Amino acid sequence: MSSVLTASTQGSESAVRSAPALSCRDVRVSFRDQEVVCGVNLELDAGHWLGIIGPNGAGKSTLLRSIVGLADYSGAIALGDGRVPGAADIALVPQSPIMPKGMTVAEYVLLGRTAHLGWLARESRADREIASSVLHRLELTAFADRFVSTLSGGEAQQVVVARALAQQCPVLLLDEPTSALDLGHQVSVLELVDDLRRTEGLSVLAAMHDLSAAARFADRLILIDHGRIVAEGRPAAVLQPDLLSAVYGTPLTVQPIDGELVVLPEPRRRTKPPKEAP
Amino acid sequence: MADASLPTTALTDADAAHSAVRRAFGMSIGAAVVGVVVLVAVGLFSATSGAAGLPVKGVLGALFDWVPLIGVDSSLSTTQENILFEIRLPRLVLGMLVGGSLGVAGASYQGVFRNPLADPYLLGVSAGAGFGAVLALGFGLDLSWGPFDTVPAAAFAGALVAVLASMAIARGGGASPATLLLGGVAMAALFSAAQTYAIQQLNETRAREVLSWLFGQLNTTGWKQVGLLLPYVVVCGVVLFIHRRHLDVLRVGDDEARSLGLDPARSRLVVIVAASLLTAAAVSVSGLIAFVGLVVPHIVRLLISHSYRVIVPLSALVGAAFLAFVDIGARTLLAPSELPVGVITAFVGAPFFAVVLWRDRWSTT
Repeated sequence: MSSVLTASTQGSESAVRSAPALSCRDVRVSFRDQEVVCGVNLELDAGHWLGIIGPNGAGKSTLLRSIVGLADYSGAIALGDGRVPGAADIALVPQSPIMPKGMTVAEYVLLGRTAHLGWLARESRADREIASSVLHRLELTAFADRFVSTLSGGEAQQVVVARALAQQCPVLLLDEPTSALDLGHQVSVLELVDDLRRTEGLSVLAAMHDLSAAARFADRLILIDHGRIVAEGRPAAVLQPDLLSAVYGTPLTVQPIDGELVVLPEPRRRTKPPKEAP
Repeated sequence: MADASLPTTALTDADAAHSAVRRAFGMSIGAAVVGVVVLVAVGLFSATSGAAGLPVKGVLGALFDWVPLIGVDSSLSTTQENILFEIRLPRLVLGMLVGGSLGVAGASYQGVFRNPLADPYLLGVSAGAGFGAVLALGFGLDLSWGPFDTVPAAAFAGALVAVLASMAIARGGGASPATLLLGGVAMAALFSAAQTYAIQQLNETRAREVLSWLFGQLNTTGWKQVGLLLPYVVVCGVVLFIHRRHLDVLRVGDDEARSLGLDPARSRLVVIVAASLLTAAAVSVSGLIAFVGLVVPHIVRLLISHSYRVIVPLSALVGAAFLAFVDIGARTLLAPSELPVGVITAFVGAPFFAVVLWRDRWSTT
């Protein structure tokens, strides 16, 4: 693997096993007078994938936003060494990234170096090498000169992951990164991130809509409802049909298929059998 | 052979990635060279055209002679040299500085507000400066201070008051680009109203004087105006040049910019203050020259690049060349009387802008 990419993550491997890459203690976020994140505690172990699931409006995105400093919060958010995370520590892959008109993929990936530049804001040779090795690593070289605004949804999300990777942060935050993608691209983006987690030692914290994908990719899951954690643990422990049905407000079933958990809406019970066409 | 070919393709792919990254945000050297050549050509054209026709060779000779350690016989008479150094060149240099300032300030405003329709007068600079100038020209308000004559001083003060008021209003609404813009609209409306009322109170001669200032003109008395503007051009120009990458980061929106490690509010404040100071200084010596700050960044964007790393410096070159060129027309078209240069920039700028918008509509749909 490219040595440039692994450089920043050596710390997480050599760190004491017990120190989490990221921890939240009693994190609360309020808008106006309403509390939308109500005292969340979580620990993201280095090199692991922690999935945050829950219905729309449960506070997943707000929690992620407070972790990257986009929302005011009370409580403590800290890295393994106790520091408050900055843009050189946590990279965000946003839910619907803005793709500026007339900006090439290479330029977009270079934006990932922002936190590492001096006050003159000039990229050094090393910054450019990091960006080009990321493009090479993600097999995006053929796209490098294309305008980001002309990419398809799947290509665009890969480019956003590339920018996050160029940020060289040990922690990657994904905010429902695949909600705009078709099934095939959903899987390929998540597989890419999972691959990077294993090869580059990244820690991943991801808000996820697709519960089956959450079961497949995350080591641990946190289920949030109304700003509170209602369940936490390994996917098999959290993905309980009764619990999910109550939280999501619709009957759901969880079925193991080929050794993986698949969450499905329960088949609708029809009151009248459909009439067959004559 | 399959094994042998694998590393080769990997290498070329890495090389291709690397060269793509090198191209990214690259200040197009070719464009910069063309810009400088055009600027010099416009300068020479301007220096040699006018009622007293100066020969190109003589002008070049005099210029080289002026450079220390180079002695060239200029072949210009003393009168001709006086015309060149005390009339033509000050006006030419002032035109270039004002045009470059408006170009850079316009580019910066467009970046900060993420709005291609933003121009340097957006936050009420024009209305504030206009009101100040009306007070000074029409009512004899005396703000002269040190080397600053009363009209530039009053215009500068008015421009700053309007911008600061816009920013103060927006702070109350949490200074997002949209609130800032609305604050600017409110202040511009207020100062325009005050200015219109003040002009109505003037007699005809004074009103004409005020109106011709409002249309913008490059009248010089020796090198004085250049001396007044130059410090602002240097300081604000350097600040904006350094912040041009910030403008590229802001293109992905405030939230993403922050997650990438930029403080959007801070960058925006620095850029707005620098661009507004630069605009206020330019307006105070030249009046309100329309469309340069709006059109010039668009020309660069259309022809060269959407990256502010390219747009900001090239807008300085193109703005300087554009205004210097247009001013030749202002001086000579109706000679011996003069057209306000702002009228010509608007005449050239408005149709051009219509074409830009038209093209843009075609390309996006």
